[in-house]
Amino acid sequence: MYTQGLNVADGDKSIPIERRDDPREAAFQRRVDAEEKIEPNDWMPEGYRKTLIRQISQHAHSEIVGMLPEGNWITRAPSLRRKMILLAKVQDEGGHGLYLYSAAETLGVSRAELVDQLLSGKAKYSSIFNYPTLTWADIGAIGWLVDGAAIMNQVPLCRCSYGPYARAMVRVCREESFHQRQGYELMLKLAQGTPEQKRMAQDALNRWWWPSLMMFGPSDAASIHSSRNMAWKIKRVSNDELRQKFVDVTVPQGHFLGLTFPDPELRFDAATGHWVHGPIDWSEFERVLAGDGPCNKERLAARRKAHADGAWVREAAAAHAAKRAARASRAAAE
Amino acid sequence: MERAAALFEYLLRHGDSCLILGHRVAEWCGHAPELEEDIALANIGLDLTGQAEQFLAYAGTLEGKGRDADALAYSRDAWDFRNALLCERPNGDFAHTMVRQFLFDAWQVEAFAGLARASDARLAGIAAKAAKEAHYHLRHSGEWVVRLGDGTAESHARAQAAVDALWEYTGEFFETDAVVAALGDSVPDPAALKPAWNATVDEVLRAATLRRPKDGWTQTGGYAGRHSEALGHLLATMQFLPRAYPGATW
Repeated sequence: MYTQGLNVADGDKSIPIERRDDPREAAFQRRVDAEEKIEPNDWMPEGYRKTLIRQISQHAHSEIVGMLPEGNWITRAPSLRRKMILLAKVQDEGGHGLYLYSAAETLGVSRAELVDQLLSGKAKYSSIFNYPTLTWADIGAIGWLVDGAAIMNQVPLCRCSYGPYARAMVRVCREESFHQRQGYELMLKLAQGTPEQKRMAQDALNRWWWPSLMMFGPSDAASIHSSRNMAWKIKRVSNDELRQKFVDVTVPQGHFLGLTFPDPELRFDAATGHWVHGPIDWSEFERVLAGDGPCNKERLAARRKAHADGAWVREAAAAHAAKRAARASRAAAE
Repeated sequence: MERAAALFEYLLRHGDSCLILGHRVAEWCGHAPELEEDIALANIGLDLTGQAEQFLAYAGTLEGKGRDADALAYSRDAWDFRNALLCERPNGDFAHTMVRQFLFDAWQVEAFAGLARASDARLAGIAAKAAKEAHYHLRHSGEWVVRLGDGTAESHARAQAAVDALWEYTGEFFETDAVVAALGDSVPDPAALKPAWNATVDEVLRAATLRRPKDGWTQTGGYAGRHSEALGHLLATMQFLPRAYPGATW
């Protein structure tokens, strides 16, 4: 995921523009240009801080919301091995959410604030998770395509100028690439299976292909913040370049599975050595991003319900911790 | 009862208990009270499913009819399951889930400690590895029972309600029957695990300011294949794919 959020919000007033006359700004840019890592206590432009908070928190929210469509199949995983793989994967995603929230907290925002932004609908998460997981093959397709696309986006982020984010990405990428291989292996098993299993695999590819391409965000021509984020080395490779790389890697993998991509215009261009895909329906992307996707309301409702249902548990944990602390200080006083 | 048949039954008791409780715990995924708990519950579900796989694989080998762990997990109907009834209790609220887990973990820690010394090397090996996980689970669930019991008035009431509701399912762990008798000294005597379980439970309930219910009538039958209504629904979900697509491998 999950750079798409950077490209929305034309004229977003919450991100201040840089002040070219500020000498700290120039010094900051020199450090970024020299590939130095920016650390939490370093001076940074307000726009840099806010951009990072937005991107890292969107990434964290995406990990958390992403647990829902996959969790949908944990109780129906068709073998003990598949169940264990899926449980481990969803657990990893929760872990990614945790260290991404921690990375965001180094920028001066609390996890509670970020979670509130998600639950209030103010913060975005990856739109891909607004699509449903209808068959077991969708679990394979998410691993193969969605995690595959995420890796394309995230590998360059390991070199992001902000140290805590870059370091979190190193670990996240390692685990994502494991998930991607497991997803592909699941698809392979289906593709080599019974006609019904093959049908499941094809149906999953039909439904997940275009949303996966949309994960890279609007084309470079329509991208708002890209050039500044490139200069800050928050974003290092353009949306279109990443998307092309994903298509080039993924199309032969799909053909190896014996599956057909739902794009009649898809062709290999021998001159450039690239796979060329047909036009992306950006109206669908905009619509789902704006809230009108198959599962937007369900996903948010599920997060809100979990948060509301868990309130008494969190209150109990806090109350018990306070009682313990009070008992300990009384004991120390005696 | 012949010893091999008894051991098969005994392995199913452990394997099915892990499988069914692991399934229940995994139902929380994405819906836990906080992110750390989502991760912890997925981890516990994963451990229990892994333990189930080990016990069931051994059971299948011992049976010698070509059934592997998956065949046992996905192709039996409720009456052939041998899990303790506590494990199939629905999740309820977080207090029910944690109290259920705690009452089970406190038993499993003792059961695995005994089994790790079993004369059967394969069984001892499975238990020794799983014992480490069980200790971690017990620490986690025990701490939650204390937090909930000694938290707010609401959490205390919910935790006490869970203890009261689940208590009648704990007696089953300590029952002796023909299966256990046929295995003699090669497995721990279930009744002999009770004092240590009592000590763990009493210590945690005391710290949690929760009342220990009186021992009375006990729900029983899981080890003999007589289950609650809840198990059939769980299996209908869990076994859906292999049953809908017979002959497919995944």
